[in-house]
Amino acid sequence: MTPQQIAERATTEPRWIRWTLIALALAFLALFVGLPLAAVFVSALSKGWAVYFAAITEPVAWAAIKLTLLTAAIAVPLNLVFGVAAAWAIAKFEFRGKQVLITLIDLPFSVSPVVSGLIYVLIFGLQGWLGPWLQDHDITIIFAVPGIVLATVFVTFPFVARELIPLMIAQGTEEEEAALTLGASGWQTFWRVTVPNIKWGLLYGVILCNARAMGEFGAVSVVSGHIRGLTNTMTLHVEILYNEYQTAAAFAVASLLTLLALVTLAAKSAVEWRVRQQLKAARHSHDEDLLT
Amino acid sequence: MKIGWKRWSVLPGFGLAMGYTLTYLSLLVLIPLAGTFLKSATLTWPEFWETITSPRALASYRVTFGTSLVAALLNAVSGLLVAWVLTRYRFFGRRFVDALVDLPFALPTAVAGIALTAIYAPTGWVGKLVPFKVAFTPLGITIALVFIGVPFVVRTVQPVLEDIEPELEQVAASLGANRWQTFTRVVMPAVWPAVLTGFALSFARAVGEYGSVIFIAGNMPMRTEITPLLIVTQLEQYNYAGATSLAVAMLVVSFGMLLTINALQWWGTRRHLA
Repeated sequence: MTPQQIAERATTEPRWIRWTLIALALAFLALFVGLPLAAVFVSALSKGWAVYFAAITEPVAWAAIKLTLLTAAIAVPLNLVFGVAAAWAIAKFEFRGKQVLITLIDLPFSVSPVVSGLIYVLIFGLQGWLGPWLQDHDITIIFAVPGIVLATVFVTFPFVARELIPLMIAQGTEEEEAALTLGASGWQTFWRVTVPNIKWGLLYGVILCNARAMGEFGAVSVVSGHIRGLTNTMTLHVEILYNEYQTAAAFAVASLLTLLALVTLAAKSAVEWRVRQQLKAARHSHDEDLLT
Repeated sequence: MKIGWKRWSVLPGFGLAMGYTLTYLSLLVLIPLAGTFLKSATLTWPEFWETITSPRALASYRVTFGTSLVAALLNAVSGLLVAWVLTRYRFFGRRFVDALVDLPFALPTAVAGIALTAIYAPTGWVGKLVPFKVAFTPLGITIALVFIGVPFVVRTVQPVLEDIEPELEQVAASLGANRWQTFTRVVMPAVWPAVLTGFALSFARAVGEYGSVIFIAGNMPMRTEITPLLIVTQLEQYNYAGATSLAVAMLVVSFGMLLTINALQWWGTRRHLA
């Protein structure tokens, strides 16, 4: 045995242990992740393609798809703008209470989806704080589209911010300071220096935010009222079909959401690599500054 | 120059960014949450206490916390295993498997719920093979919660395992430690905070989980009814006081767990730097 082989043997496991561990990990993932994935598509096609296409093209399904797209189209940009603003304030400036603010931004992640919906019912619902006033003015929020959008904004609230904050903290403020010294205005600095630096992190946050916005179930279910064709999102439509024992149809609509999840995963892994490069570059230049 | 709570900076836009952040955060998160607590304050204390300690509520806590605890423990062990295999070994399809770990984050919970129910129902692929009932029992709930929690431990442990310098393990080996000793005395102390954080994250997520559980649970009061479902049931019966009381109880638990997780993460980074 060469010394190198001895060193290798000392710092890794014997081959049979390695393969046992790999097999165990893969078996676990196959059982808990692979099997449900397969079950969606097999069940969706269990009654044939005709039933499948009928299920995803019926008008009620289309209404649900449109509502889901509309909800995401409102919620994602709102949280994108918020994420950038919050990250700018938190990462580029030093102020007291920063940690508290970060924790507050993360708050919606620790709230149960059901409670996330309920808090808006208690404000805008008939029994809520603003209920009587809204009724007098003929405004409906709960059991209508605005409520669905609000609940979705709440559950996807932290996604963009929590991606950008660590990235922008690592990047520091030197490049922006240089741009300002050279005479750029604040907005020019933001668009020409900051945005290119954070674009992959931004995209990453948007991908995650969008997936959750389109897939949210619990919070939306509480505020929706389940009115077919009007306040049913795709996930709620899946639930209704499933509870009516239209299993193949339920899985057909679910398969669209699953495809969305798979696209999300693919996009996420493609972007993840670039985010890491950007973060590494930022940390590297920071380390160099410390050395000189 | 230092004015009050903020250090002076040449960069512009602090007022605008901070003002927008605080307004948006207050309107969408803080005020609605505070509104819920205020709503519960309109109930009398006995009313509130009776709701959150009714036999049905207590049974739902047992189901929710019991299954969440078991699921989080399973996730801690399997998550460490998966993270180890993904960072230390090279095998065919590793990148694909690595991407698949995040599926539970990306897949809508309702879809996961009906898929798991189809698999574990008495006529399903797995349900048919095992001699006992899985779906519509606490075991079924636990399986759904394990699915939901898969990414948490893997994704918190993975970066820590990647950061451990190989020299550390080489030194341990050259000083005469066998592989198991190196693992337990060198690797484990370094990843322990991350495992604990991942465990806490997956437990916290499991406690509030709704979509993936309600299909597989069977939802029998006192036996397989989780607390979030009990809230929905109260709401559907227009019992707003009951729903609010239970929601406040859950919020207090969630905030407590959030603080614990923050403390764990702080502990982890401090150990990392030391």
